[in-house]
Amino acid sequence: MHEAMHVMPVFLCARGAYHRAIGMETGVIDRRQILAGISATMLAGCGRRQAEEEAGKAAGLADRVTLPFANGERPLVTYPQKRPMIGLTVRPPQLETPFSVFGEGAITPNDAFFVRYHMADIPLSIDPAAYRLAVGGHVKIPLSLSLAQLKTDFAPTEIVAVNQCSGNSRGFSDPRVGGGQLANGAMGNARWQGVPLKAVLERAGVRGGAKQVTFNGLDNPPSPGIPDFVKALDADHALDGEVMLAWGMNGEDLPFLNGYPLRLIVPGHYGTYWVKHLSDIMVTDAEYDGYWMKTAYRIPDNDCACVAPGTKPDKTRPIGRLNIRSFVTSHIDGAVVNAGTATEIKGIAFDGGTGIAQVLVSGDDGRSWQPAALGEDLGRYSFREWRVPLTLGKGDHRLKVRAVGRGGETQPQEPRWNPPGYMRNVVEAITLRAA
Amino acid sequence: MMRRAMLLAGAGLVLIGAAAARPVTYALPPEKEIILPTGAGGELTQAQCGACHSLDYVQTQPRGKGPQFWKDAVGKMVKIYGAPIEPGDADAISLYLAKTYG
Repeated sequence: MHEAMHVMPVFLCARGAYHRAIGMETGVIDRRQILAGISATMLAGCGRRQAEEEAGKAAGLADRVTLPFANGERPLVTYPQKRPMIGLTVRPPQLETPFSVFGEGAITPNDAFFVRYHMADIPLSIDPAAYRLAVGGHVKIPLSLSLAQLKTDFAPTEIVAVNQCSGNSRGFSDPRVGGGQLANGAMGNARWQGVPLKAVLERAGVRGGAKQVTFNGLDNPPSPGIPDFVKALDADHALDGEVMLAWGMNGEDLPFLNGYPLRLIVPGHYGTYWVKHLSDIMVTDAEYDGYWMKTAYRIPDNDCACVAPGTKPDKTRPIGRLNIRSFVTSHIDGAVVNAGTATEIKGIAFDGGTGIAQVLVSGDDGRSWQPAALGEDLGRYSFREWRVPLTLGKGDHRLKVRAVGRGGETQPQEPRWNPPGYMRNVVEAITLRAA
Repeated sequence: MMRRAMLLAGAGLVLIGAAAARPVTYALPPEKEIILPTGAGGELTQAQCGACHSLDYVQTQPRGKGPQFWKDAVGKMVKIYGAPIEPGDADAISLYLAKTYG
């Protein structure tokens, strides 16, 4: 450590060496390489840069946005295959969808779909011909499947399903909690093409006594001490016929940062399970106890997945199904509309898979509610569009929207809270000014 | 790492054997380093935290959470994520973060 401290002033200006050291070309990042790079730079010598750089000057800056919570300023960044996105982090890349995208339709375009990685060593070169999916563990015949085999040896299927980050909307937690400070754009809805996981597992032959199935992708930790990102589903869930291995998204190959060439689709479940760049499937005869199941991505083990703000739960369980949410997409908070004539309010709603039964809209801060007309039904895991005409008198009006699922679930009027900031689904409200 | 090496080796073999096979590559935009504000422990924080992740992870955290928030965050990196940071350095980083970001 003393040596590292010694070279640090040089490190600050060693951009070229730094990039080489952290393996920007290969995506392989290793602390030892960084320290080696720093040492090399020390020999070369350079002047220390004076200016402080803000996050906004990160890669591909086009503009900036301010998310509606404290310290919510973010750069708009440009990445290959993506339109300008809200940049949360650079290494690894985490990109949030600008909320206006959700007003474009029920399907989120591939180039606007959010990106979330956990660790910096992400794959940056994948040969689709050499790519293999390994299926092993508690099975009769371990498999090694090429993409071509997946596409031709099994009956293809497709499903429209929402992928939402567990921590979507975390930035609105009150009190605030640590983690990725997201507004409402870490979600998206796509038509996924692939094969049922069930068919692949049946080809391998799941042996009796199987408990869970684990999923690993080609992304790796930046140093060996960090637990690899591996997720598990119960065996009966993995075999339900809906969980899917997808290579296609809205009729195209998966965008690279969304998991090319293959990712897991777990309809109705949070994005943490939708493992990207999927490479290894293991059937286990015991509950998988890796860090990303046993310690991370856990919620209070009660009906609301919540605790009193600022407190800790006694008992936790792995996060699972999406709860119900709805949003206005046609107007932003503070929008001005014409007074005395009907304004069409539009939005989206979704839940964990019962499907949306009803969307209710209030123009008077929740005192009275009227049902919205629902749009095309793309399936029970999809965003469901809705619209309602609303006539407002002059002045400011608090507009609220609340969805009801076919199972009766609805959104709480007050936000629920948990320490990791997961599963926010409070009734959303915006103010419209009628003039 | 091992898997990546095998994948790349596999890709190389395919390139030799079949002209049609071509790796799909993704060019991340060049990363501009984020320089943390100067202060005691700043350079240490810059190097140690920046070794594994970009420093926007630090800058975008909520402000005013107090010293324990940062101590917990650094502790998690060391204990759970195995960041090779000496205890004394971890304390200095926590103090810097608490002073700089509240």
